[in-house]
Amino acid sequence: MSSEKILLEVRGLKKYFPVRAGILRRVVAQVKAVDGVDMYIKERETLGLVGESGCGKTTAGRSILRLLEPTAGEVLFRSKKLAEAGGEYMEVDVAAAPRKLLKSLRRDMQIIFQDPYSSLNPRMTVGAIVGEPLLVHGISQGREREERVRELLGSVGLKPDHMQRYPHEFSGGQRQRIGVARALALDPQLVVADEPVSALDVSIQAQVLNLLESLQEEFGLTYLFVAHDLSVVKHISDRVAVMYLGRIVELAETEALFSNPKHPYTEALMSAVPVPDPDYNVERILLAGDVPSPVNPPSGCYFHPRCRYRKEVCETDSPTYRDLGGEHFVTCHFADTLNLQPVRTI
Amino acid sequence: MAVIKKKSTFLAIFWRQFSRNRMALAGGMLVVFFTVIAILAPFLAPHDPRTPNIRNRMQPPSEEHLLGTDALGRDMLSRTIHGARISLLIAVLAVALSITIGILLGSLAGYYGGLFDSLLMRFVDLVLSFPTLYLLITLVALVGPSIFMLVLVMGGLGWTGTARIVRAEFLRLREQEFSEAARAIGAGNLRIMFRHLLPNAMAPIIVATTLGVPGVILGESALSFLGLGVLPPEMSWGTLVNAGLPFFRTAWWLPIFPGLAIFLCVLGFNFLGDGLRDALDPRLKR
Repeated sequence: MSSEKILLEVRGLKKYFPVRAGILRRVVAQVKAVDGVDMYIKERETLGLVGESGCGKTTAGRSILRLLEPTAGEVLFRSKKLAEAGGEYMEVDVAAAPRKLLKSLRRDMQIIFQDPYSSLNPRMTVGAIVGEPLLVHGISQGREREERVRELLGSVGLKPDHMQRYPHEFSGGQRQRIGVARALALDPQLVVADEPVSALDVSIQAQVLNLLESLQEEFGLTYLFVAHDLSVVKHISDRVAVMYLGRIVELAETEALFSNPKHPYTEALMSAVPVPDPDYNVERILLAGDVPSPVNPPSGCYFHPRCRYRKEVCETDSPTYRDLGGEHFVTCHFADTLNLQPVRTI
Repeated sequence: MAVIKKKSTFLAIFWRQFSRNRMALAGGMLVVFFTVIAILAPFLAPHDPRTPNIRNRMQPPSEEHLLGTDALGRDMLSRTIHGARISLLIAVLAVALSITIGILLGSLAGYYGGLFDSLLMRFVDLVLSFPTLYLLITLVALVGPSIFMLVLVMGGLGWTGTARIVRAEFLRLREQEFSEAARAIGAGNLRIMFRHLLPNAMAPIIVATTLGVPGVILGESALSFLGLGVLPPEMSWGTLVNAGLPFFRTAWWLPIFPGLAIFLCVLGFNFLGDGLRDALDPRLKR
């Protein structure tokens, strides 16, 4: 499905949140929510981003879109619209884009939110919500805009006469479709889907996932798909990145990651996936303790306090994020030698 | 079987809640009553409120003068009706001023936060820590009594509560995903503040507005009563009470009826405000 052209490249992305205390509100510590993420997304592919709660996956997605100001790093994006005159792609660093450029970049990069309830303004009609991006960017007026909104609602499986209604008149799944229509209004290249189905009923999840897949076909979209549900990620992603404590521990093609995990954390995460087979006895790998605080991450490899394969070097040296070959990236000293168990079925 | 179609628009839900509350309905009626009187005063007043008629002075309530006449023989009903005009005009203008200031400063503080927010909120604390009436008296004594100055001073002091409410609402709303969604589609700060956040903060603002009116009416009456507000020959309810009080023993109707008007009007606004709060903002329910 994906071509080999790289659409977005993230280099050394960091997002720290200051912890302030005292009357003077001095910065006493930093929450290192995203602590040096490198990855690229190819055109028209779906990159899944997984990890447990608090690992920084949502923060990473928002920093890429600059809904949060990144603390450091580059987000290189190859925009088609900005270069339309020349016919070529134009590469821009989203993280450093000045205000005006950032606004035009919004036309290329959009987001679908997790919560279909709080992500739609309750005081605006569906037509106003979906049409607002067009209004803000001065793309079309009056009748033309209305026509475009109808079209968008149609392509996400809603009726055009839903335009006059308010969000509270819709179900969760329908509301999520409204959010998708809004994201597509500007005809973006990249869509960050921030847990787009985790707030929905299981029966509705499949519908929305299928919608996202068919829209990807239809409009040539590239997805950064943030999720914690591995079965969903496996279903939709071409490649998957696993995050732990603000860093990517492993990134590989979906098949390779699930059948041949190279990082102990990935192995543990996989073993936690429920398998719909009562006779299947899997050895679950129970990680000891909690996720360490991102304010004060462990020394060396961030995962070492919970890793069952750890050796001395893990406590002192931070492993580098490297390519094992075949675009299988991993952050582990012993990735070449460990023999980890794959997931049998999902 | 009859199918009852329940409308679920915002207004329909609001009305269902509100109309259940009898006190609020009564309050609303009082407010409408006084508003109509204020607007139509020249047509409703049976006599000219300013023309003296010495032969008829100090008449108790009668058929000709329902609320009696004052020391110069002027019809008290007409004077009270015209008093509603000034009293309500001052209240509406002062509240409009304070709500506008409150919305502007509160939005900026809640949306941007930071130093401006801290400074503004400390200033609000400061203003609120003064007893309002003394502050009003001092300020009016400084600038001189006039309707314009009354509006300016009371409007200029009354915005603090609104600013706090709006700020708190903005702090809550700006964390909602729809404001992030607005940023994601490229909407500017002003658009997010006034198109997305403010409409969602309207309920408490409407309540604050309604509950702000009686405060101003009372403040104006108090100042006028003290001779620092509306000065004769202009008449507000406060000036009428002030003018009538010396005759309380001999002509009780002079201070009682304008006083009653103040009482009922303030009561009406308070009931209406409480009802609106319960219907619009379920979180504040007792």
